[in-house]
Amino acid sequence: MTERYPGYDVLSKRWSASWNAQTRRVIDARLAVPREPRFFSAAEWRTLNAVCDRIMPQPTDRPAVPLAAYVDQKMAEDLQDGYRYAELPPQGEAWQRGLQALDAEALEAHGDRFDTLAPTVQDALLTLMQQGSMTGAAWAGMPPKLFFAHRILPDITHAYYAHPISWNEIGFGGPASPRGYVRMGLDRRDPWEAVEAKPGDEAAARRKNQNVR
Amino acid sequence: MSGDPFAAPRAVDGRAPDVFKEGGWIPMRQYGEDEIVDFVVVGTGAGGGPLIHGLAEGGFSVVGFDAGPYFRPLEEFASDEQAQNNLYWTDERIVDGANPLTMGGKNSGKAVGGSTVHFAMVSLRFRPEWFKSRSLLGYGADWPLDWREMWTYYGKAERALSISGPVSYPWGPKRPRYPYRSHELNGAAELLARGAEAMGIGWTATPLATVSAPHGQSPPCVYRGFCRFGCSTNAKQSQLVTFIPRAIAAGAEIRDLAMVGQVEMGPDGRATGVHYIREGRWRFQRARNVVVAGYAIETPRLLLASATATFPDGLANGSGLVGRNLMTQSNQAVFGVMEQEVRWNKGPPSLAITEHWNYDDRKDFAGGYCWMAQGPLPVEWVTVQTGARGLWGQALRDEMMKYNHQVGLKMVGEMLPDERNRVTLADETDQYGLRIARVTYSWGDNDKALIQHALGQMQTSLEAVGATDIFRQEDDTNHLAGTARMGFDRANSVVNSDCRSWDIPNLWVCDGSIFPTTGGVNPSLTITAIAMRTADRIKALAACGEL
Repeated sequence: MTERYPGYDVLSKRWSASWNAQTRRVIDARLAVPREPRFFSAAEWRTLNAVCDRIMPQPTDRPAVPLAAYVDQKMAEDLQDGYRYAELPPQGEAWQRGLQALDAEALEAHGDRFDTLAPTVQDALLTLMQQGSMTGAAWAGMPPKLFFAHRILPDITHAYYAHPISWNEIGFGGPASPRGYVRMGLDRRDPWEAVEAKPGDEAAARRKNQNVR
Repeated sequence: MSGDPFAAPRAVDGRAPDVFKEGGWIPMRQYGEDEIVDFVVVGTGAGGGPLIHGLAEGGFSVVGFDAGPYFRPLEEFASDEQAQNNLYWTDERIVDGANPLTMGGKNSGKAVGGSTVHFAMVSLRFRPEWFKSRSLLGYGADWPLDWREMWTYYGKAERALSISGPVSYPWGPKRPRYPYRSHELNGAAELLARGAEAMGIGWTATPLATVSAPHGQSPPCVYRGFCRFGCSTNAKQSQLVTFIPRAIAAGAEIRDLAMVGQVEMGPDGRATGVHYIREGRWRFQRARNVVVAGYAIETPRLLLASATATFPDGLANGSGLVGRNLMTQSNQAVFGVMEQEVRWNKGPPSLAITEHWNYDDRKDFAGGYCWMAQGPLPVEWVTVQTGARGLWGQALRDEMMKYNHQVGLKMVGEMLPDERNRVTLADETDQYGLRIARVTYSWGDNDKALIQHALGQMQTSLEAVGATDIFRQEDDTNHLAGTARMGFDRANSVVNSDCRSWDIPNLWVCDGSIFPTTGGVNPSLTITAIAMRTADRIKALAACGEL
C-alpha cells in the first residue's frame, strides 16, 4: 500500500509540547483497551468482529485497531450518546439484537453464520441492512436501517478515528496542547505536522516525518 | 492530578476549584439548606452564569446548581475528541418526529459552565429586526425586548467575555469595535473569504470568545483546534473561567454534581425551593426565588416534572406552552477537496463568517442564515462521511485520506417556531429516578426552503475557489431554543420580558428556552446578554419592592 504520510507516527510527539499529561493518560488508556469481550457473548463477538472487518477494513502490514473491543467497551461501560431514536432500544440491547438478527439473516440466505461468509457476501448483507431491506423476525421491530446508521456506522468508525493509528494514516496532527499551531494559512505546515508524500518524493517525506516531534 | 471530577463534589468545605491553578482552590461562601437564600439558579451555563454573578454582585444570596462536575481545565481537558465526551449531557433522551434531533455534543453540556465549556465560541449579535420578526419581517413572534437595549447588553457581554473580533462589522447598525483584535485566518477561513469575494458578498473574521491577547489569567489562544471540547489553556472564555469564578468572588455558592429534580411549591402558589440529589441523597434547598436555567430540554423537563395538584400540567404552564416551540438551528454543510493542503483542524473551526443572508431579504422564505468555515477533527469528520454519504468500507477509508485537503462551509440557520416541536416527559427514568425527556422535531416547509437556499449558496462559494468532489451534508442541526418562550401576555408565553414566569411570581427562566424565535446566528451571546439584563432587572425590581 502506498502511504500518504510515510513514516509519520503521531505517538512520536508523546513527550513533546503537543501532549500534556491528561492527554497522555487518556491515550494510554485507549491503547490499553481490554481485548476480550466483557459485554458480548462469544457468538455476538464473532459476528461483531466480522462486521468491523467489513465496515473498516484494515491493512495487514501493521497492527490492527481492535475495533470490536472498543464497541464492547462502549457497551460494557454504557458510554452513551445522549439521545436515542424512539424506534431503537438502548444501545447494548440494540447491538445484541442487531448482531443476532444479522446472523439469522445470514443463515436464512446463505445457510451459514455471518462471520464464515465471503467478504463480498458479507458486504451484500450489510448493504441490505443499510438500505433497510431486511425483514427477518429476529429484528423484532427494530428498523435495520436505523441500527446500521446509528449503531454500526458510528460506533465502529468513531473507534477507528479516535485511534492514533488512523491519525497516522490521514496525517492528522493529533493532540496539540499546549503547543498548538503557528503556521495557519493554506499550504503551510508546522514542523510538528505530518508531511504528505508528493509523487516520486516519498523518501524525502519519510525522512521528514521521522523527524516530526 | 486531583482525582476524578465525577467521583464527588468539589465545591464543598468553603472552597471551589481554582480553574487557573493546578490543584488550586478559591474560597467560596456556602449556605445552609435551612437558610432561605434569595435565589437558587438551576444551571450554570450561558444563562445561569451571568445571572448568578449579577445577583451575587447585587448583594443577593445565591446558590447555583449544576448536574455536572466542576472541571479543572489545566489538568483535565485532554486534547482528544473521544475523552472529551465527558463534557456532554449524555444521559438518555428519546428523539422522534420526522427529523429527530441529534443531542449530546451537538447542543448539551453537563458541567459547571454548561455548554459554554465545549461551545465553539462563536459570539454574534442578533439582527435588530429579529426582535420584532412578526411585525417587521412577517414570521415567527415578536420579543418583548427592544433591540437598542439589547445592543447595550451585547456590548456588556462582549466586554465581559473579551470577544476577539473585527474593528468594524460588515452588517447591521454600528457597533463598537470588539474588545480584542480578531484572530488570524486559517486556510479554511481564507477559502471562505475568497468564495464570498467571488460571489460579491461580505465576509469577516468571526467574533470569538477566545482571547487573541492575554486577559487576566487567560493566555492567548494557541490555535490547537480542539475548540468544540474543553480548552486546556483557558483561552476560551467559557462561563467556567469567566462569570463563575467572578460570581464566587462576589459571594455566590456553586454546587456541582447536584441534579435538581423538582421545584417545590408552597400553599401560597409561590416556589419555596428545590429538591436536588447530591452524593446519592435527595436534599432540599429553601429559597425566596427559583431560576431555571437548564436550556431548552432540561428547563421544560424540570417545570413539567414539578407538577402539583394546583399546577397539574407543570409549573408556569398556564399557557400550555412549556416544552412547546422547541427550535433548533439548521447546521447543514457543503464540503469539497482542495488541491492545496488546508489542514483545517488548525485554529478555532469557525474563523471566518458571512452573515450576508441574515441581512439580505431578497429570498422567498422567512428567516436568515450565516455560514462559517469548518475544521472538524477526525471523529467528527467521519460522522459527516458516514452520516451524509453513508460511506463505509474501503470507500470510507479512501475518502478519509483526503482529510488535510478538505474544505467546508457550514450554516447556522433560523428554524421557525412550531408548537408541535416539543419536549415532553417519557415514561423511562434516568439514573436519578427522574423521567427522561422526549424530544419531538419535524422541519417545516420554510425550514426546508431555507436549507436548500443555503446549500446552493455554499456550494457556489466552494465551486468559486476550485474545490472538487463537492458533497452536501443535508441533515445536521445544532443549537436549541424555545420551550419557555418570552412574550407580552400570559396566554401566549411562559415568561415576561424580565424572564419572570407569568404564573408564579418567584419562578424565573433564564436560558435559551425563553427565545420566541432563534435567528440565524449562534445563540450563546444573546443568552448571555439577556441574563445580564435579567440580573439588572431583578435588582431594579427589588429596589422598588416588586420581587
